[in-house]
Amino acid sequence: MSSSRAAESSLLALNQQEELEDLPREYPLSTSEDEGDSDGERKHQKLLEAISSLDGKNRWKLAERSEASLKVSEFSVSSEGSGEKLVLSDLLEPVKTSSSLAAVKKQLNRVKSKKTVELPLHREEIERIHREVAFNKTSQVLSKWDPVVQKNRQAEQLVFPLSKQQSIFAPIEHVVSGWKARTPLEQEIFNLLHKNKQPVTDPLLTPMEKASLKAMSLEEVKMRRAELQRARALQSYYEARARREKKIKSKKYHKLLKKGKAKQALKEFEKLRKVNPAAALEELEKLEKARMMERMSLKHQNSGKWAKSKAVMAKYDLEARQAMQEQLARNKELMQKIQAASESAEEEGGAEEEGEPFVPDVVNEVQVKADTPNPWMFRNHSGDTKEAEVQGDPEELAEPAAQEAPESEEEGPVVAEEILLKEFKERRSLRQKSRLNQIAKPVGSQEAKDLSSQEVLSELRALSQKLNRESHQSRKQELSSTRTVLAVQREEPAGEEEEPLLLQRPERARTLDELEELGKEGCFQNKELPRVAVEGQQLERNPSNHLGVPKEKKRKEQMIDLQNLLTTKSPSMKSLAVPTTVEELEDEERDQRQMIKEAFAGDDVIRDFLKEKREAVEASKPKDVDLTLPGWGEWGGVGLKPSAKKRRRFLVKAPEGPPRKDKNLPNVILNEKRNIHAVAHQVRMLPYPFTHHQQFERTIQTPIGSTWNTQRSFQKLTMPKVVTKPGHIIKPIKAEDVGYRSSSRSDLSVVQRNPKRLSIRHKKQLKKISVD
Amino acid sequence: MKVKMLSRNPDSYVRETKLDLQRVPRNYDPTLHPFEVPREYVRALNATKLERVFAKPFLASLDGHRDGVSCLAKHPKSLATVLSGACDGEVRIWNLTKRKCIRMIQAHEGFVRGICTRFCGTSFFTVGDDKTVKQWKMDGPSYGEEEEPLHTILGKTVYTGIDHHWKEAVFATCGQQVDIWDEQRTSPICSMTWGFDSISSVKFNPIETFLLGSCASDRNIVLYDMRQATPLKKVILDMRTNTICWNPMEAFIFTAANEDYNLYTFDMRALDTPVMIHMDHVSAVLDVDYSPTGKDFVSASFDKSIRIFPVDRSRSREVYHTKRMQHVICVKWTSDSKYIMCGSDEMNIRLWKANASEKLGVLTSREKAATDYNQRLKEKFQHHPHIKRISRHRHLPKSIYSQIQEQRIMKEARRRKELNRIKHSKPGSVQRVSEKKKRVVAVVK
Repeated sequence: MSSSRAAESSLLALNQQEELEDLPREYPLSTSEDEGDSDGERKHQKLLEAISSLDGKNRWKLAERSEASLKVSEFSVSSEGSGEKLVLSDLLEPVKTSSSLAAVKKQLNRVKSKKTVELPLHREEIERIHREVAFNKTSQVLSKWDPVVQKNRQAEQLVFPLSKQQSIFAPIEHVVSGWKARTPLEQEIFNLLHKNKQPVTDPLLTPMEKASLKAMSLEEVKMRRAELQRARALQSYYEARARREKKIKSKKYHKLLKKGKAKQALKEFEKLRKVNPAAALEELEKLEKARMMERMSLKHQNSGKWAKSKAVMAKYDLEARQAMQEQLARNKELMQKIQAASESAEEEGGAEEEGEPFVPDVVNEVQVKADTPNPWMFRNHSGDTKEAEVQGDPEELAEPAAQEAPESEEEGPVVAEEILLKEFKERRSLRQKSRLNQIAKPVGSQEAKDLSSQEVLSELRALSQKLNRESHQSRKQELSSTRTVLAVQREEPAGEEEEPLLLQRPERARTLDELEELGKEGCFQNKELPRVAVEGQQLERNPSNHLGVPKEKKRKEQMIDLQNLLTTKSPSMKSLAVPTTVEELEDEERDQRQMIKEAFAGDDVIRDFLKEKREAVEASKPKDVDLTLPGWGEWGGVGLKPSAKKRRRFLVKAPEGPPRKDKNLPNVILNEKRNIHAVAHQVRMLPYPFTHHQQFERTIQTPIGSTWNTQRSFQKLTMPKVVTKPGHIIKPIKAEDVGYRSSSRSDLSVVQRNPKRLSIRHKKQLKKISVD
Repeated sequence: MKVKMLSRNPDSYVRETKLDLQRVPRNYDPTLHPFEVPREYVRALNATKLERVFAKPFLASLDGHRDGVSCLAKHPKSLATVLSGACDGEVRIWNLTKRKCIRMIQAHEGFVRGICTRFCGTSFFTVGDDKTVKQWKMDGPSYGEEEEPLHTILGKTVYTGIDHHWKEAVFATCGQQVDIWDEQRTSPICSMTWGFDSISSVKFNPIETFLLGSCASDRNIVLYDMRQATPLKKVILDMRTNTICWNPMEAFIFTAANEDYNLYTFDMRALDTPVMIHMDHVSAVLDVDYSPTGKDFVSASFDKSIRIFPVDRSRSREVYHTKRMQHVICVKWTSDSKYIMCGSDEMNIRLWKANASEKLGVLTSREKAATDYNQRLKEKFQHHPHIKRISRHRHLPKSIYSQIQEQRIMKEARRRKELNRIKHSKPGSVQRVSEKKKRVVAVVK
């Protein structure tokens, strides 16, 4: 065996030698000596083998090569013996220089670029992957049935067999062609028809013609397409825009947007007012409704989670404080009763208008430094000055207003809104005024005074101013002693408030809310002045006109201080800006109680319970039976009652029942109505599909019989869930039954073609999976 | 003086023909019809009682086989024809309307293991213990002809089951492996195997017809795809599954009849948990068949009874048994969904009503309305204790009754033990496994 192999190898070597003979001379063939050596070696080896085979044991021992790797012969390639592997580049190196071996080089290069083929996966592994792929595919195919199954499971009624036998539509031509004229009369008619060349069997129009008749014209189609395209483009554009805008996180942007919207709404409202007052009034009612909603909700009461978190921060963080106050302001603003404001605002407005011209700037500056104005204290002081305030008349304001006109222009847009709102208020106030005139005399007198002469007014005004200053000074001292000074900017607007409040004196006791409002409105008097000026003209016309129109934007900023002051009075709003005092801490407990009292103001639980119990006791008492028959043995009729004697006689007194079990338990009502006999028929636990006992009771209580229902609804209510026709075979559901397209290729053909398909498709999938 | 006459439109009271029913004006004012709930309750109670009174499901017994009936098959085109194979190799064709055997063939030596009809109803296939598959004509041989099969295929191993494709000339047999045969060839066009145990039954999916399911004695259920010639998935249950049946209305649902007395309904896309475990049998379940409406299925058990389960309930709604019926080996629901047939060990095929108290024959419309109303009333008041008790009451043979008690005790004990184990071990160390998960040993991809 080994000898034959050796022979082979020598033959191979010879071949190679022959091939290499046409190599250029640069490569010296200096192998002749080696050749001789190796020949000798082989002979020696053969001899050794022959000897070793003699003992019969190692007969099949493989030939051992003792070739050193360093001694590389051109005839055989081997890396045996050396530690390193044979690399293709080693072979390529000598070839590089020669140009005549281009073909060989190319071949070798190609070999070089190819990667070694990986070991194929284990058979079981391959099968597993096959199965997995097939399963995924099959489950995908099956999931198309999901909606069908779902529908069938939930269906009110299923009628089997599912596939209805479709009525066959045969065109008239087919029917006619299948029908032969047999009777003489028929034949006669046919003859007549044929004579007139009526189309009997031929269709009037070919199918193509019919189709073309049905189709739209080309232009129409084009137009429609263009239209659709445009609509699509527009829609996508708007969608993109909306998405973009929605993504903007800037609060400021959204604020601006909201404001813009509000403005727009107002403008529209104005327009609406002009065009259609009725609709405008409806709008107003909506505002009123919003107010009501706000009053009901706790939305802006600083009581939410957010507000609480802010409250923690508020002591140190100005922004948080502002945010909270803004929220409160919003609450106020929403709660503002538009109608109610008119009365007080009227007075205020008068004051404002009046105050401004007489108070020089210097005075204002002084007031800037003044302490916070306290409405509660005002009231005490202003008591005396009521008369003066009452006479404050818008008419006086005409001239100063003209002077201030340029200032007012700064606030153009805002003013426009306010004018609008004011006009509404005017109207309402007019209405109110007329009412007030009828009701309250003092008011009437006020108005009389409104119309009084200017001299008196001027006098009074002077007086009031004086009073105003005095009171202001004194209050300043008082307040500064009790309170630390607040931020100056905040105080600033509040300072101005003093004058009007001092001047005014309400006729009736004011509610807390109203007072708050008053304070607020007073706050921003200073800034509102320009607007007041603009409206001077209107005010002249209508003396009762007032300026207490809510001015949303500004109020938000200004009202805050007052509210801070008021916090002790209204527990729902916690003041943050105001430094705490001992007084306030004490108040808090009281507030708590107050709050609870307020919250449960309406319900008296204990009394309710007692009442309920009394009723239960009454109901459980056995009733007397009255067997009197009116009109029996005496006159009867409308308005006549049976005599007392008779009633007494026929009244069957019910026996006293056993004492109630809860007789001595004042806080308990024991229901003794449970009927043991009925229990056996009652459902003890709520059955499965129902989630609430009321659901279940409702289903039980709706009767389904024809006694209580009309025939149609009875049929509908008693519709059986599954209907089968006797004698009809029900086939399994088919894809065609439910409108799916069944696979056109038969399973069988697929099976027969399978092996090939498998190899192509699955290899791809296999590759994908193995990569994963 | 003007006299006002009472006048009515004759359309409201005159009949169009004299065959029309007289029109009866009705006042639906609820105050005139009080006590609607109690009255309906009484009606429901009466309906329930009547249902039990009229519940006589047993219709007929077809006798003639000389050994236990091992397999049944329905004719796909004719409701009246039923085929049955017995343990002595005899195949009989029955006419149900006449309740007579119309043909008998000595088909195999040894058991007839499986029988199935071709989808067109012209021929049927049988496999037997003699390692052959035989195709027979449905119509008998004409006079003088000899009774012999159309084709006979000699196999190398025993075939234990056969099923025909629902649309094409392909059938599948099972034994050592699942083979799919073309009717025209004598060798299978593909054979699929996964594991080495003998497969007891194979069933084609009636909707997605390229799907097959099989169950083997190594406790597994294997699904195959015929088109891709590959098994899809295997689920191994606690005990051996005897046979499976696909839901004819829901392509991915099948039910497996298991040796552990239960039936398992699976969604084939999610085999790791059964959709529902149906338990009530007290011995191994041998066969199962779906109603063609796909709403119920019937199971035959070794405990000598058959039970009908709604697909979405874990407890049976009906149990049928007779004194003479022995172990029920095969069961079929007829294709009009009205009847159930079962073949049992004691050589009889029995015919039952699928709805025990249903009145057979043509119903007048008023009868139909009344039954519908009663049915609806029973449904409405089904949770009321009296009605529930009456409608659930069934008579059971003593053996089954006592076994139910026994198994209830065993189950309770197991439950208690588990609870105790949880109670006395470190919290969290013993996980509670749901009953559904417990039954599935493994899902093999």
